[in-house]
Amino acid sequence: MVASPALLSVDGLVGVVFLIMVAITLIGGLIACNSERLVRSVAGLIVCFVGVAGIYYFLNSPFVAMMQILIYVGAVAVTISFAIMLAAPEEKKKTGVAGPLSGPLGFGTAALIAGGFAVLALRTEWPVQDKINDGSIKLIGIQLLTDHSMVFELISIVLLIAILGALVIARDGREDS
Amino acid sequence: MMLGLYNNLNTFLVIGALLFGIGIYGIVTRKTLIGMLIAAELILAGSSINFMAFNRFTAPDPVTGQIFTLFIMAVAAAEAAIGLSIIIAVYRHFKSIDAEDAVQLQG
Repeated sequence: MVASPALLSVDGLVGVVFLIMVAITLIGGLIACNSERLVRSVAGLIVCFVGVAGIYYFLNSPFVAMMQILIYVGAVAVTISFAIMLAAPEEKKKTGVAGPLSGPLGFGTAALIAGGFAVLALRTEWPVQDKINDGSIKLIGIQLLTDHSMVFELISIVLLIAILGALVIARDGREDS
Repeated sequence: MMLGLYNNLNTFLVIGALLFGIGIYGIVTRKTLIGMLIAAELILAGSSINFMAFNRFTAPDPVTGQIFTLFIMAVAAAEAAIGLSIIIAVYRHFKSIDAEDAVQLQG
């Protein structure tokens, strides 16, 4: 366990900001999974993703934090809210639990999985290796186009096919087409 | 005593596990397909936090984990697009986004 810094030192204030980010993430996640209306659920998802971006910032990756805001908050959450407006009629926008047993059973499953992972993480001695570079944005760009260029091309094809497939699926069955 | 937590690998692993658990809870309990999709995004965020934590604390090359997380984001965006278009198609057909209403294959 690392030594705890004083509250009013720089490290202590950074720790306070970190705790706030963690709280934002977990509270947003709980809102996203428990709210009655789907629109509030998406709002909780956005709050959760902003917190996750803050956690990425604490993990020395400002670029990934920015991408998290851009892609998730800017694109995915907006797409989900469009789908809610297109698909959910006004009186049926409420969402509840699936059945009388699903609440306790779901909570039990989730607690088992999360607790299992947490205990596993805390009890394992992870091997730490020396860093060979600093993980800067420039190095990310270089590695994306050299070492990982194959995956880079593949992911663009996957995205293209996903966009085309989404258009085809959503267009099928329209009355005026 | 909690202020030094951000310099510790275990903190991030526990946060990832908690987000994963919240997502599992949402997938099991939600009735509508869009609610399940939102919970699936939470699961992906939890696993991304795990990748980034190992990338920051244990991996020798701190670029690889960031690139992996970027790819997870791209796949999640594709998954959201496809999933939402399927949900809209299901809504046109059944006039509902409840998972229990799409029962055409039920005997």
